[in-house]
Amino acid sequence: MSKTYDVIVVGGGHAGSEAAAASARIGARTALLTHRFNTIGEMSCNPAIGGLGKGHLVREIDALDGVMGSITDRAGIQFRLLNRSKGPAVRGPRAQADRKLYRQAMQETLQNQSNLDIIEGAALGLSLKDGNVVGVTTEDGRGFSCRAVVLTTGTFLNGLIHLGDKQIPAGRIGEPPSTGFSHQLAELGLRLGRLKTGTPARLDGKTIHWNVLEEQKGDDPPQPFSFLTDKTTTPQVSCFITETSAKTHEIIAANLLRSAMYSGQIKGTGPRYCPSIEDKINRFADKTSHQIFLEPEGLDDDTVYPNGISTSLPEDVQDQFIRTIRGLEDVRIIRPGYAIEYDFVDPTELDHGLMVKQQKGLFLAGQINGTTGYEEAAAQGLVAGLNAARFAAGQAATVFDRAEAYLGVMIDDLVTRGVTEPYRMFTSRAEFRLTLRADNADQRLTAKGLDLGLVDGRRAHAFSQKSAKLSDLRARMSALNLTSAAAAKAGLKVNQDGQKRSALQLLAMPDVSFDQLAQIWPELLGTEDFAREAVEADALYSGYADRQTREIEDLRREDGLTIPANFDYHALPALSMELRQKLSRVRPSTLGQATRVDGMTPAALACVLHGIRKPNVDDAA
Amino acid sequence: MNARSTIFALSSGLGRAGVAVIRLSGPRSGAVVERIAGRLPLPRSFQLMRLMSGAGDELDRGIVIWLPGPGTVTGEDMAEFHVHGSPAVIAAMLGELAGIAGCRLADAGEFTRRAFENDKMDLLEVEGLADLLVAETETQRRLALRQFSGQSSSVISQWRESVLKACGLIEAAIDFVDDGDVAAQAVARVRPAIAVLIAELSQALKDSEAASHVRRGLRIVIAGAPNVGKSTLLNCLAGRRAAIVSPIAGTTRDVVEAPVMIAGCAVTLADTAGLRDAETDPVEAEGMRLSHAEIVGADIVVWVESLTEGQTVMPARQPDLVILNKADLVSDESIQIRNDMWLGQGLAVSLEGGDGVSGLKAVLAGLVASRNAVAEHAVVARARHVTAIGESIRFLNDALSRPDDLLELMAEDVRHAARALALVTGRVGVEDVLGKIFADFCVGK
Repeated sequence: MSKTYDVIVVGGGHAGSEAAAASARIGARTALLTHRFNTIGEMSCNPAIGGLGKGHLVREIDALDGVMGSITDRAGIQFRLLNRSKGPAVRGPRAQADRKLYRQAMQETLQNQSNLDIIEGAALGLSLKDGNVVGVTTEDGRGFSCRAVVLTTGTFLNGLIHLGDKQIPAGRIGEPPSTGFSHQLAELGLRLGRLKTGTPARLDGKTIHWNVLEEQKGDDPPQPFSFLTDKTTTPQVSCFITETSAKTHEIIAANLLRSAMYSGQIKGTGPRYCPSIEDKINRFADKTSHQIFLEPEGLDDDTVYPNGISTSLPEDVQDQFIRTIRGLEDVRIIRPGYAIEYDFVDPTELDHGLMVKQQKGLFLAGQINGTTGYEEAAAQGLVAGLNAARFAAGQAATVFDRAEAYLGVMIDDLVTRGVTEPYRMFTSRAEFRLTLRADNADQRLTAKGLDLGLVDGRRAHAFSQKSAKLSDLRARMSALNLTSAAAAKAGLKVNQDGQKRSALQLLAMPDVSFDQLAQIWPELLGTEDFAREAVEADALYSGYADRQTREIEDLRREDGLTIPANFDYHALPALSMELRQKLSRVRPSTLGQATRVDGMTPAALACVLHGIRKPNVDDAA
Repeated sequence: MNARSTIFALSSGLGRAGVAVIRLSGPRSGAVVERIAGRLPLPRSFQLMRLMSGAGDELDRGIVIWLPGPGTVTGEDMAEFHVHGSPAVIAAMLGELAGIAGCRLADAGEFTRRAFENDKMDLLEVEGLADLLVAETETQRRLALRQFSGQSSSVISQWRESVLKACGLIEAAIDFVDDGDVAAQAVARVRPAIAVLIAELSQALKDSEAASHVRRGLRIVIAGAPNVGKSTLLNCLAGRRAAIVSPIAGTTRDVVEAPVMIAGCAVTLADTAGLRDAETDPVEAEGMRLSHAEIVGADIVVWVESLTEGQTVMPARQPDLVILNKADLVSDESIQIRNDMWLGQGLAVSLEGGDGVSGLKAVLAGLVASRNAVAEHAVVARARHVTAIGESIRFLNDALSRPDDLLELMAEDVRHAARALALVTGRVGVEDVLGKIFADFCVGK
């Protein structure tokens, strides 16, 4: 064994990069073990970051000083704020990224990260001693010792590519899969499953008839992801929109059985929200056309990503059907689309810190936990890296709850409910959606990040300045007030009840705008946009604030009641057998988590409560 | 600051005792007692008090117990009202309490939960868990099915479908805005979907109102052919002469009522005009029409026949109790023959002589106790369901008032509506909603 690390992160994808950075940031001696340095930060699928729910995650990563947000700002070539016409809680930032710039920025960032070594090599397995994780070995016979390991194997665990009837063992096209870990994880007694995802063909942009296509421009000015980015300087480009034709559908329908999806070769479950084109055509037969977004993969790269036609049809069929699409009549396919199957670990094997419950010191993040998406992976990476470092230092895990972050919602969903298909973030998953906004991620998380040692000086400074300005504005606006008569005189639609109302209270009324208030009180005129938007958002949702606060209190009270790790559910005869088995499998750590286990009823919950309180329940088994 | 609501529930043994115990727990318990009983009695003492509605009507006279916390089973301030165990009184009390600000019907197991949170679990353990088994969500749902599915057994699953549809459309409009025309399609359909759900729920509330006019206690209807001893039975059970008894057939032309206590429960006995084939005069015919109506609407039908006469008429519905009167005037053999016609369910008595009357009273008491339990439970379930449905409708109306550019607020309202309705429809989880979206829309780029 050569050098000793606190934490070794296996895998240099989005989960691994964020995990390594987080672990190193809080001061742990960290190594990132990856096949090749050059593929760190690779975007294997679509060249885009963010979206609804996902954009929220990126903002949260950034609020904790993670790297994804600022790297997207450097690599982003088209920024769009989704749901701009709706309220701030459901606006999600999204960006097309130049794949090469993204990779380069990520590699540079990690290279410059102190406490972090990057090691090229193919990981072979974990080294265990007396039940503890003590290191990682590589295929070429090297060994590295450490106290904690973060596994971020993506689609590499027993990865198998399906291209029509061809099957190629691979983690990504052209890269070998990882086979040793699956075996070792199964030996540890972890439940493994199989999932599937797909990617479309890549097209040569020089052979696309752009002039016949509808253009989709980005926002001007582009709104960056990171709270620290003032403005982006990378040139901005457009995407283009086309759609499948009747002929496309005909070809695909005629060749359906040649798709790996339909020939029965694929055993894994794919995501319902990201179906292959053959799936869309088969399931929605009455739809005569499906939209396709042609997304550029980079500024000096002609590769185009056709978003909407992921497929596992054979190459000759792909070739045929793609050419029936408007603008793509003469297109050259750079490489065909494919489906990939891979192993994942049932995430109910993990605790909220993303550590394997049965193997202390082993942390999992990203697709290995049954999720999909760069953002989901990165957010887990950050939490796993943070907690691996804390574990190595003998500290307790840090948990984010459902009321403070989307990443808390995601992890709680994963470890409580498990997955039946690749898990993707949606805003609808967050019950506190009005509070968990992309715009206030820093207000929710940066202070916690500071306490954890995750946040560096520059961000700390910017955060404290911003917070000071915000609280100053709030204080001033609660001090400014008007009687109802005076408000009416100023042109505001206010109930004539003789009440005095503060500027903040007035802003919460549906017909009152900040501009109107700034006319009444000119000192509000110079307010910076971010501060104004923050008070506007709070005002907009103030009618729901009390209720949410109450619900959050309930959540935290229940999440505060711990259930012993060795609690015996089989000693509760009043519980149904099904629930006893489910609870024994998930092993909720708190009463709150137990309430969220599928099939839980109030009576069952009370039985659990009763069981916790009864002494000697552990001996009853 | 204690923002917790004060919860209440019917916690008596459901009619077995004839006294209903309504229990409260929470910071406003004292205020609620003052409001209902006029003042706070001495702590931990039994006090007979007049219980008044907010409108100044007397709801009942009952025992009030005031139990200031923390030395109570839940650790909070508590109170108990011991009132008459009739569905009407219970419904009135529950309705009154639900109307007091900060007060609501307890969820299943909520008393136990509070006890647990306040470290009082041990005292309540056994009792609380037993409560839970009775109040388990599934039971509630079965009662809801019984209550609202009069016309069609699929009503409840239809509601669930409508809730899912509304949630699915609204979430699709928010989360799939980048997916072609999915969001636009969804937005266009969401308001009609919410309106349909509101209409369905409102209709159900109206129907249930009409169907279950809460009666003043159980109603026992005594019916049979003329001159078989119906009025004698009434007087015998009432312990006084409430009905005129004469040997002339058709003496009881109107319905004679007598309030009595049976098995500790307040019930109304109704003696009806005798039924016969031949209609003699219009007054008697009207009496017979009333009798038929009474039999159909009764909680318990007691059918009386005279063993000295043949069977001339049959009741409009299966009676709950058949009394074969004048057993002292006929042979054992003819009693046997008649009883066989009632599949052995008849009770041979002599109301005049008193033979078998005590057995009759015991059987009737058993019937009353079991029926009253069901009725009480249904009242509680109904109160819960009506509250839940009303609350849902309010949230859904709020949702409709939101502009399209604040879909997230509309979504919040619809989520609250779905949660309120979960008591009836079962929980509608995120995965159910996403499943609905993926089934209805071709999403995914």
